[in-house]
Amino acid sequence: MPTDPPRKRSTSSIKAGKLASFFSSSPKASATASAALLAAHTAANAQHGLSSPGYSLPTISVSDASTDSQKMLFSPPSAEEAHRIARAHAQFGPISDPGHTYVSKHTEGEVVEEPIQDDPPYYYLITTYLSYLILIIFGHVRDFFGKRFKARNYKHLKQQNGYAPLNSDFDNFYVRRLKMRINDCFSRPITGVPGRFITLLDRVSNDHNATFQFTGKTTETLNMSSYNYLGFAQSDGPCADATEETIRKYGMSSGSTRAESGTQDLHVECEKLVARFVGKPDAMVFSMGFATNSTSLPAIVGKGCLIISDELNHSSLRFGSRLSGACITMFKHNDMEHLEEVLREAISQGQPRTHRPWKKILVVVEGLYSMEGTMCNLPALIELKKKYKYYLFIDEAHSIGALGPRGRGVCDYFNIDPKEVDILMGTLTKSFGANGGYIAAEKAIIDRLRLANAGYIYGEAPTPPVIVQIMTALRMIAGDICPGQGEERLQRLAFNSRYLRLGLKRLGFIVYGQDDSPIIPLLLYSPAKMPAFSHEMLKRKIAVVIVGYPATPLVSSRARFCVSAAHTKDDLDRLLQACDEIGDILQLKFSSGVAGGKRSLEDKVQPPRWTMKEILERNVEDTKAKLL
Amino acid sequence: MDLQDVQALVKDYSATLSTQFQRLPGSAIIVRYIKNSYQNDPIRSAIELILFLFALKYLLSPSYSMQRGGQVELTDEEIDEQIEDWQPEPLVAELTEEEQHELERRPTIVGPTGPKVKLSNGRTVTNLASNNVFNFIGNDLLKERAIATLRYYGVGACGPPGFYGTKDVDMKAEADIANFIGVPDCIIYSQAFSTISSVIPAFSKRGDIIVADKSVNYAIRKGIEISRSTVYWYEHNNLEDLERVLADVEKTQKRKKKLTRRFIVTEGLFEKSGDIVDLPKIVELKYKYKFRLILDETWSFLTLGRTGRGLTEHLNVDPNEIDMIVGSLANSMCTGGGFCCGSKEIVDHQRISGAAYVFSAALPAIISTTISEIVGIMKANPEMLIALRENISIFRAAVEKSDGILECVSDIANPVVMIRVKPDYLREKGLEDGEDRLLQDIVDEVQAGGFLITRVKTVGNSQSEKKAKVVNGKVKKDSDEGHFMPCLKVYITVAHGKKDLERAGALVRSSATKVLGRKK
Repeated sequence: MPTDPPRKRSTSSIKAGKLASFFSSSPKASATASAALLAAHTAANAQHGLSSPGYSLPTISVSDASTDSQKMLFSPPSAEEAHRIARAHAQFGPISDPGHTYVSKHTEGEVVEEPIQDDPPYYYLITTYLSYLILIIFGHVRDFFGKRFKARNYKHLKQQNGYAPLNSDFDNFYVRRLKMRINDCFSRPITGVPGRFITLLDRVSNDHNATFQFTGKTTETLNMSSYNYLGFAQSDGPCADATEETIRKYGMSSGSTRAESGTQDLHVECEKLVARFVGKPDAMVFSMGFATNSTSLPAIVGKGCLIISDELNHSSLRFGSRLSGACITMFKHNDMEHLEEVLREAISQGQPRTHRPWKKILVVVEGLYSMEGTMCNLPALIELKKKYKYYLFIDEAHSIGALGPRGRGVCDYFNIDPKEVDILMGTLTKSFGANGGYIAAEKAIIDRLRLANAGYIYGEAPTPPVIVQIMTALRMIAGDICPGQGEERLQRLAFNSRYLRLGLKRLGFIVYGQDDSPIIPLLLYSPAKMPAFSHEMLKRKIAVVIVGYPATPLVSSRARFCVSAAHTKDDLDRLLQACDEIGDILQLKFSSGVAGGKRSLEDKVQPPRWTMKEILERNVEDTKAKLL
Repeated sequence: MDLQDVQALVKDYSATLSTQFQRLPGSAIIVRYIKNSYQNDPIRSAIELILFLFALKYLLSPSYSMQRGGQVELTDEEIDEQIEDWQPEPLVAELTEEEQHELERRPTIVGPTGPKVKLSNGRTVTNLASNNVFNFIGNDLLKERAIATLRYYGVGACGPPGFYGTKDVDMKAEADIANFIGVPDCIIYSQAFSTISSVIPAFSKRGDIIVADKSVNYAIRKGIEISRSTVYWYEHNNLEDLERVLADVEKTQKRKKKLTRRFIVTEGLFEKSGDIVDLPKIVELKYKYKFRLILDETWSFLTLGRTGRGLTEHLNVDPNEIDMIVGSLANSMCTGGGFCCGSKEIVDHQRISGAAYVFSAALPAIISTTISEIVGIMKANPEMLIALRENISIFRAAVEKSDGILECVSDIANPVVMIRVKPDYLREKGLEDGEDRLLQDIVDEVQAGGFLITRVKTVGNSQSEKKAKVVNGKVKKDSDEGHFMPCLKVYITVAHGKKDLERAGALVRSSATKVLGRKK
């Protein structure tokens, strides 16, 4: 339950502004002025958790600034104020050094290289398979005896008085015998803001993870798990203020579907803003990211059309593709040669059996893949598009806000005109700290979708507070409000992503994905290492996500870090330190060095095993250079 | 390389190979065993080796042909030529005039939604087109609670429920709804529309059987489609037909060995026609033929029953008799999301296999706390429903006159009053085509008179909607238009006064007469 949050809004930023303007315009200010200004600056930073060089202090004219001279000298913040600042910093860490920024951008003209995928020694692969074998054998042995001696527990898997079981015994085996063992690492309940830190509700299980009891205590952990790329998950600041105002004015709902009477001025404004942000003439917003995909694909393709989909596309895209009634083929993840092969065959052979030409071909890819950390090869896709005349649909669920010098997704990152891509889809859940999804395209396409998209006609409209959170976040990124803050968030995210990735590579871990990607999967392989890694991290008060089969291939279980602009370098050092220790305990450092981690460019490829000390010394500069 | 060299090389290799083999511990035993068992008969050994290799190849080859039939062999030049020639259709078709008109006529509200709203054309009208049944949108207590939550939780959950997206307030909201309806457990999805399309495929798989009402809403249809189950449709709200279908299914099932899962899917209060099902009868049939029941209460939750617990309360059925109750939190509750409640087993299963739950971000905390708060309000104020029903009957009495051309088709307790032009009248006038446009004209006319109402909207001209589907050898028309009745929709709320409703009813009536009178 929410404890009563402090309702009182602080006025420290106004005071800081008053102080600053008082001094800057006062002729008497001399030696103490600079010191007080510094104090004011610190106070302002404390308020916003930011210190950008371009951050301009608000100016208020002296005439209406009441001169409370006793406040001129620095005084330590009151207990309440200190608590508030600590809370704000737990959601968004203040930058410790202005140099910890980087611009996420693809070097133009350079060939997009596939990230090199390192493989562990065979020993680890074999033991991984063996582990699964042992788990499966144990599972069957337990089932064998369980079904005979504890038949009650298996009742739901057998047919009962004429009803087939809801779960088939076979399908349920994996969940019952493998996932159940590590269930405590999933669905950990939280309270409060999923910002830089995240507060977990402690729970224990007395029946091997079948049920959990809450102990009533909480643990504040470093949050490496939420998709809070730009750190907009905050309960203070411009977004929350605007949202509060909206709740007061608009209430909690639009009360209808968009097609009937749920379209409000807010929605129209937000759609214009999204369209402008991604660089398309028109856009539409939805109340759920999953539904955006699952309802839009059926609205644009149908029978006689072909969808060519990346094999690792998100479930919502598969859901939508299946509903559309179009033919579906896949190509190997990010493999442009294979895509070309598939295209050549598809176009030359036409529809199956009848060999009639396809009505249209839609290639569906994601901007940034959430389990791999890889980006789509947009320049190559555009090249192929010119030759093969297909339509391109990019799901920017993870890349919007997280990539590109202006945070506008993969097109921005590769400096490609968004016009080249037919449909840009994205979620508003991740980078913007809100909820929902959008589609941006030419006006004709959006108009058609407004008529044919079921989610728009039958699904609820996004609620006003969520819409305003989106709009405020978009305006901050674009620099329309709080200039400098959005840019700082983008650059901190880029720096943090590269910093952590480089550190992990140097420690000797196998990580997947491009250097600029804020999603960093750390490969664990063995199934037993998943819970071990998660528990060890939790002991060190770090919350991580672990993923295994069926979300990944059987052997490549992994831990996934989602970097945020809210993290500071110290947070990442803390994580690296923890990884270093755990990597030694669990034998996770098995990279061969082909994917990076060399000490200098001339070095031969050898397994990188840097110490934390070396990393702390060199990582900041090296992060900004071309990664080794 | 010379032949001799090759020979020497082969000899060399075979020599190394044999020495290596002999080095292996136990190799002598194997050689002796083979020699003995085959009685030094090399031909027999060779045949058995071939047999063994063949068996190995057979086992390793896939059970189906990888070569797709009917492939035409083409040279690279021919392929290039084809690629050159191929011209795709435009991604979307141009809008027709009708469609353009439909888009233009959709209202945009400036400012908050409430009993009175301001439209983008500057007019303030009485709003009879929003789901704001109990005026929760304007409730100050709810706003205060939401703001308090915002200041503690922020807005977005920034992750799916499985990855640190489950919040304490979400669990509380789930428990509150389960408790309110009177079932053991509940799961909340983050969009109402996606809930049932995700619940159905989570349980019903390929080969399972679904028996559904022909008039179920779009989301249910899509859920059934994606489940790939075998579907049988029965005539809308015709329980005799349902029984016939169930008996048929049972008969065909008896011949089969494997027992499959079987489901009846229906809405409690139908979105398209506004009527309610005879739930006690369906429950009886479900037990008789051993089917499970998935009941969509999207439109009946909070509006039917003495305290708003839905159709189960309305018809006095124990909610535990229904396997899955699916409902919306976005409609009458005016928050967001949908829920599915039932036994613990049913809910737990969805937490790992409900696609829209697993792969989507969790609901914002501000919405979860509002849900809990509203459940409390509903429990404490059952008299709101009495007021609501009174308002419904006032409006219906004003719009429906025995000699008029309009009739209300929705149930007497349904706050969404669905009004259609009497079919006899339309036939007489020869206006059966283009009814949509006619109704839109009535809506516009009513709006000019100061009231915002709406009409049944459909997914227009989507390619997927026009296809006919073959189910079990019979061609079934799987189209949204198939069983759709063009109606006007008027949303009655408790916030409207008696006079307003009477005026609205009279206005709808006179507008219909006026619009239809023009078409002579």
